[in-house]
Amino acid sequence: MSVHTPHPDLPPPANIVGVIGWSRSNLFSTPLNTALSLFALYLIYLIVPPMINWIFLDATWVGDTREACASGTGACWVFVKVRINQFMYGFFPEAEYWRINLAFGLLVVLAIPLFIKRFKHKGRLAAFILIFYPIITFQLFSGGNFGLTHVETSKWGGLSLTLILAGVGIVASLPLGIVLALGRRSKMPIVKSVCVVFIEFWRGVPLITVLFMSSVMLPLFLPEGTNFDKLLRAMIGIALFQSAYMAEVIRGGLAAIPKGQYEAAEALGLSFWKSMGLIILPQALKLVIPGIVNTFIALFKDTTLVLIIGLFDLLAIIQQAFADPDWLGYSIEGYVFAASIFWIFCFSMSRYSMSLEKKLNTGHAR
Amino acid sequence: MADEQRAVSLPAKPALWRRPAVRSIFFQILLVVGIGYFGYTIFQNTLNNLEQRGISTGFGFLDQEAGFGILMTLVPFDETYTYGRTFLVGLLNTLLVAGLGIFFATLIGFMMGVARLSSNWIISRLATVYIEVFRNIPLLLQILFWYFAVLRPLPGPRQSLILNDTFYLSNRGLYMPSPVYEQGFWLVMLALGVAIVASIFIARWAHKRQEATGQQFHTVLTVIGLVIGLPLLAFLVMGMPLSWDFPVLQRFNMAGGMVIIPELAALLVALSIYTGAFIAEAVRSGILAVSHGQTEAAHALGLRPGSTLRLVIIPQALRVIIPQLTSQYLNLTKNSSLATAIGYPDLVAVFAGTTLNQTGQAVEVIAMTMAVYLAISLSISMFMNWYNKRIQLVER
Repeated sequence: MSVHTPHPDLPPPANIVGVIGWSRSNLFSTPLNTALSLFALYLIYLIVPPMINWIFLDATWVGDTREACASGTGACWVFVKVRINQFMYGFFPEAEYWRINLAFGLLVVLAIPLFIKRFKHKGRLAAFILIFYPIITFQLFSGGNFGLTHVETSKWGGLSLTLILAGVGIVASLPLGIVLALGRRSKMPIVKSVCVVFIEFWRGVPLITVLFMSSVMLPLFLPEGTNFDKLLRAMIGIALFQSAYMAEVIRGGLAAIPKGQYEAAEALGLSFWKSMGLIILPQALKLVIPGIVNTFIALFKDTTLVLIIGLFDLLAIIQQAFADPDWLGYSIEGYVFAASIFWIFCFSMSRYSMSLEKKLNTGHAR
Repeated sequence: MADEQRAVSLPAKPALWRRPAVRSIFFQILLVVGIGYFGYTIFQNTLNNLEQRGISTGFGFLDQEAGFGILMTLVPFDETYTYGRTFLVGLLNTLLVAGLGIFFATLIGFMMGVARLSSNWIISRLATVYIEVFRNIPLLLQILFWYFAVLRPLPGPRQSLILNDTFYLSNRGLYMPSPVYEQGFWLVMLALGVAIVASIFIARWAHKRQEATGQQFHTVLTVIGLVIGLPLLAFLVMGMPLSWDFPVLQRFNMAGGMVIIPELAALLVALSIYTGAFIAEAVRSGILAVSHGQTEAAHALGLRPGSTLRLVIIPQALRVIIPQLTSQYLNLTKNSSLATAIGYPDLVAVFAGTTLNQTGQAVEVIAMTMAVYLAISLSISMFMNWYNKRIQLVER
């Protein structure tokens, strides 16, 4: 009679918790993964410590002259510190900086309620920001009324100009984009084809040629003697360009609204504009807020192109600071500073749009 | 009596100006008239303004001598060539940088997109950092950075960074050996062409045979053997008709070889890295769009992981990836016009820049430039429509 001999116990399963277990399953699961991980670690070792040293540890932070940086081996942030006012406000008179601060401060204060859930009048507030706030801001920037001294647009510059260009682009392109999107979905053949041609034209050409066109050709188009501002010309170009992209985003929203909504609005006897304004657009625009934010990010990055037609936005003003004979050779610092500002703006907006997308995604199960 | 009542309860025929059809015609006529008037005013103003400034019109300027040199040309060009030639030079330079940029951006994008989905934590984190950093910094800033902060401050030609006595990197660009085709090289090219055509036929035949009989054929190995082996054979038969022209350091600059000028290098690096980040996101979204059930189903059918990827996952992911990819290619092509900021002689820099400034014929020059970009983007969107139709899921 055979004796029952139990199998020897299996070895305990590999550790899957704790640091060792985690790195075993996430970094060293296969030979290939091990090699990749080691390579990546080496890469990080090559890049990150020197970068931190250059940006923080070895950098010069104090002082106001070039000599302060002579000894340091790292970044010379004094260069940025000395010119920070110019980078932010351009050539705006120093005594009037408060006007720019007030304008942007006002925007922040006005925008806060939009993020408060329990605030009821979001739509009205948004409309106020889109319609009246730009007028107030223009008064603050340009002056000339209410005892404010007039500041010419050639003196505007720096980050404030970048924000203005982006702001004008979005505010002007939104209504235009809505009209174009509605036109493209229209049943009237001529209206539809005009809108299609308009949209495809602006989407098909690079922004740079649009800016060239607005700075070279626009003066030719106008009756003789009318001469208007370089900044305004750039704004018109940007707004038209942007409206085509905006139209495509909004068209996506219009297409996403179920047909029943259109039919219900018609059945109630609403006119076209009423059914759009009361039923369709509120839903469609809400759906495409993330898309609008994304086009805004693209627009924000694209505003740097005005450098090429000679306006001094943030990038251009930093670029021209490199030419200062007292501060030659600090271009990397300048670019890193500009890049980090743009990055902070764009990254936070893209995160915001992602969170919105998640939030808005729930209600529309189709 | 009854008839009378019905007549009353029926809605009266709406007034003429309330009928949708009439209204729509009215509004469209209004639009046409408005646009026509707008266009006419612009046309008249432009004519007046041009006359006032003494600028001639028409495309006659294209035959005039240009009288300026261009930094880099793919076709013969010097000061005596015409303005029409500057258009061609600029167009070719734009296409060159766009083509190279698309190649490298696709390479980077696919690598990073796959890396971001890697199970390896550190690799996926690195890819995420790459994507989030470069996507959110304006392209122009990146171009300027590579050009003014990285490539311009490189040492001069005499202090070039030298690799293996063949590659010289200095502020004049990257010099490398250029191939010199000697007599008989045509046979190698012919062999390559034959190999490619043969591969296509073999692939078709193998596919048909597998459909019919289930027998598999090692298409990949055969094709690799053909494409490498046949030209190699021709190369050896003709007595190796290829030599290299090495760059040599002379007193002030390099001579011989071929060069990638720093303007092109900066533009290319910036465009590839920037667009690569967007392509990586497209690739990631495409792969994520294929539901996991597809993988499981393929495994349940007994497909090996490699075949699962090749036959099940990738074809479905491509349906999502390709439209986004083409729109990124289009963006890259349009963005290559930023070349003008660092002086790479692309279409906008040469034609809408120098030529426009010299001739003053803004309308014609800008129209031609825009027409080129429009033609490129319209042909790409036509391709997209065709492609979308071809791969559309045919549902019930």
